[in-house]
Amino acid sequence: MLENRIIRIIEGIVGEQHVSTADTDRLCYSYDATQRQHRPDAVVWPSNAKEISLLLKMANAEGIPVYPRGAGSGFTGGSLPIHGGLALVLTRLDAILRIDEENLIAEVEPGVVTRQLQKAVEALGLFYPPDPASLKFSTLGGNVAECAGGPRCVKYGVTKDYVLGLEVVTPQGDIIRTGGETMKGVVGYDLTKLLVGSEGTLGVITKIILKLLPLPAAKKTMLVLFDSIDGAAQAVAAIIGGKIIPTTLEFMDGTTIDCVRRNTDLELPQAARAVLIIEVDGDSALIEKQAETILKLVNPLGVVNTWVAANSEESEAIWQVRRSVSPSMRKVNPDKFNEDICVPRSRLPEMIRTIEAISDKLQIPIVNFGHAGDGNIHVNIMVDTAEPGQEQKAKQAIEEIFAATLKLGGTMSGEHGVGVTKAPYIPMELDPAAVAYMKAIKKALDPNNILNPGKIFLQD
Amino acid sequence: MKRLDRHKTLADYRQQMDQCVKCGVCRAHCPVFGEEGREAVVARGKVTLAHALLNKEIEPDPLLSENFSKCLQCGKCVRRCPTQVPVDDIVLAARREIVARRGQSLFGRSLTSLLRRPRLMHLLAGSARRAARLLFRRVPQKSGLRLRFPAPFIDRQRSLPALAKRPFRRRHPEFIAGQPDQPIIALFTGCMVNYLYPEIGEGALKALAALGFNVIIPKDQGCCGLPALSAGDGTSASELAARNLRAFGEHQPDQIVTLCASCHSGLTHHFKDLGPDYEALAERVVDINDLLVSQGLEEVLQQLPQATQKPKVTVHTPCHLRNSGLDEPPKKLLAALPTIELVKMNKANACCGLGGTFSVHHYQTSRQLGAAKANAVKESGADLVATACPGCIMQLQDSLDQADLPQRACHVLELVGEALEEKS
Ligand SMILES: Cc1cc2nc3c(=O)[nH]c(=O)nc-3n(C[C@H](O)[C@H](O)[C@H](O)COP(=O)(O)OP(=O)(O)OC[C@H]3O[C@@H](n4cnc5c(N)ncnc54)[C@H](O)[C@@H]3O)c2cc1C
Ligand code: SF4
Ligand code: SF4
Repeated sequence: MLENRIIRIIEGIVGEQHVSTADTDRLCYSYDATQRQHRPDAVVWPSNAKEISLLLKMANAEGIPVYPRGAGSGFTGGSLPIHGGLALVLTRLDAILRIDEENLIAEVEPGVVTRQLQKAVEALGLFYPPDPASLKFSTLGGNVAECAGGPRCVKYGVTKDYVLGLEVVTPQGDIIRTGGETMKGVVGYDLTKLLVGSEGTLGVITKIILKLLPLPAAKKTMLVLFDSIDGAAQAVAAIIGGKIIPTTLEFMDGTTIDCVRRNTDLELPQAARAVLIIEVDGDSALIEKQAETILKLVNPLGVVNTWVAANSEESEAIWQVRRSVSPSMRKVNPDKFNEDICVPRSRLPEMIRTIEAISDKLQIPIVNFGHAGDGNIHVNIMVDTAEPGQEQKAKQAIEEIFAATLKLGGTMSGEHGVGVTKAPYIPMELDPAAVAYMKAIKKALDPNNILNPGKIFLQD
Repeated sequence: MKRLDRHKTLADYRQQMDQCVKCGVCRAHCPVFGEEGREAVVARGKVTLAHALLNKEIEPDPLLSENFSKCLQCGKCVRRCPTQVPVDDIVLAARREIVARRGQSLFGRSLTSLLRRPRLMHLLAGSARRAARLLFRRVPQKSGLRLRFPAPFIDRQRSLPALAKRPFRRRHPEFIAGQPDQPIIALFTGCMVNYLYPEIGEGALKALAALGFNVIIPKDQGCCGLPALSAGDGTSASELAARNLRAFGEHQPDQIVTLCASCHSGLTHHFKDLGPDYEALAERVVDINDLLVSQGLEEVLQQLPQATQKPKVTVHTPCHLRNSGLDEPPKKLLAALPTIELVKMNKANACCGLGGTFSVHHYQTSRQLGAAKANAVKESGADLVATACPGCIMQLQDSLDQADLPQRACHVLELVGEALEEKS
């Protein structure tokens, strides 16, 4: 618990109504999408970098942990206040500061919801491609801190490919700028790249300069149903092998399809045991041809049915299927261990087969969906931890899946970060010298271990 | 005395609360969260708090009541929630729990106790009209007399409709004969139609007459109970339900029609929890727009003569109708009217911001939501915004007045009634 004295100081910085020690608020900022709970001692809603700087200086002086938080939609517990302290909620910093149509950049505050920025730039004929499935509620700050990816990564890359510069409050309370507004820039170390994906452990992001693209003239969305997961996996290989890079190539396995049936008006027959959502964008004549070629390429691979969206509403209906996937999983079993491994694209069928073998061997359901186009699979190990032995089995499955992933040249997190849930497995992927290198950076920048302690590495 | 409360308790929702996976999808849809931005008001936070309340991890203190009061009961979260957590019902159960543990006043006792006693309402309505002349400041409006309430629990600036000269139920006999071979329809008037917007009831009668229906307006009916439920007062809601069960059961109507989206939800969704008799009654309840469309009023309307001057009308869909899957019937009726021109409005499904007592407790937030709505009406270019819920009408009109806009809010049935009248 924080002393009253500290609370007074915080009130002095942000104003009385922007800090709370009430149980209701402590509870409401104790969770994220991992569903684990750790209550902060207080919740603070600052409104600008200056306030955040003062808060961090105070925290350093008093030894109070500070946990940056956007929308709390993270899947690895990045925002969880596992050592109490302050939940630093950044949603009041929610201004789109400017959209520069000439230089194709946008400057935003971190609390802006991703979809809001997309809407604003699209109204001007511009495009911000990163589109995590949480885009309607997650924040750009959270996206940058996690280096969020999304279905469009196959063609357009992930968040880091769009961040040109940042304003950051350092763990010790200085306000610095990294990168800038230019497409190029090589003065000094690339701190921008270091901070993107740093999961709120190296600084609090208070401004973001993002690169924009021209909005593609048209897009075409297709939903292809296959009678087996193998067919879908081969289809991915066939499309890429046919030298077409679609905007998206999302897949879902049979159990996933069963989970989302209720959330869509689309007909998803029982015979469909895998789905690919394929989207192409660009010049309308070109995408018509591309779509045709794609359908021709995948057709021999056990296609049950194909659904080509005729307009943007139908396309949205297809995407709704995809977006409702991860939260619907719980229908299979009450507890879900959600991993987001990534393997080289060509190893995807092999990886899926391995996961199925592990699922069979341990007799626990494993549901797979994800971004097939970039080899990123969301592996959901579904168990009921109330039943004895199940949690142990889930852990074993995770370890075996990670081991297989690494053997195929992959990584154990494609986009959700490490946070707390994956911290124990870091030594499987990174060698000790690399971990020491990373820890040295953290130690140099945050000597008192104030900012988001307990994340990424097991002990800081 | 042990009072009757047949509603579900918070504990009955334990399993549904466990369905919340804390994904945060509701953050994109909860209108209150959209305005206030704090986790304690979004569905995910409310479920967490309800859970903690149930497990006695948190005190039912005023702050907790405050957070639970911040729900419009719009059901947007439920519709968008990937695991269909019934957050709106959980909030009501939490309010009942808090009231049971702490007493009621927090969620608006005054209104509930009033609505529980129809006789008192009649009396008050009479004297209020007399007092109005002295007490209320009159606000000149093109739409007629509108009042500013001096009562402390209602914001002074809010514009409210004038009380009806004669409540709707007093104007008509209990039975109005139609064609003998046609069904008997019982009319559930609801408080707002009875006391504030009798013209909606008149429109309904014209429409039902046009189809030859026999109409019963049971004398002893009362409030649907939704305001009481919203106030966490399960006992009053149960008493009102019992009263309506008696009043309507006696007449054995073929169907019971509601003129208000909220009454419809009160008599269907909420009745279903109360036991088999209530469930049977709930099954006969139908929204007036739905009934008229299914019984072919569209054809009748289409055959009316075309008007030369057609006002532009846009539609607002009440949350309670949308949640019952009834957003189409009002639009169909309007589309069939040869007396108006239907125009589109942005975000026609967005909540108007009333939320029953919500707008009394949280007028500022309510007003911000209303302002967005008023702006959408303006941008649509419509002269009138029609809807199917008297509560929405009150809020929409207030929002239009606050924005100094000339547009008027009305019920679909008023327009239907007017069109039918011109024919006769
Ligand atoms: C239904 C659903 C679908 C999802 N789909 C995807 C997907 O397709 N792709 C994907 O990549 N992720 C996805 N996610 C995960 C999650 O939405 C992303 O990780 C997102 O970027 C988190 O943003 P947030 O605002 O919720 O951040 P939070 O969860 O609040 O925080 C995430 C991390 O960022 C840090 N942080 C937040 N703001 C700042 C800041 N301003 N400065 C410094 N650090 C900060 C926090 O400390 C924490 O470590 C999904 C989640 C859900 C629930
Ligand atoms: S959308 Fe539903 S499951 Fe997700 S956080 Fe909100 S209430 Fe919980
Ligand atoms: S019912 Fe409406 S106001 Fe209430 S929590 Fe759900 S979305 Fe928010």
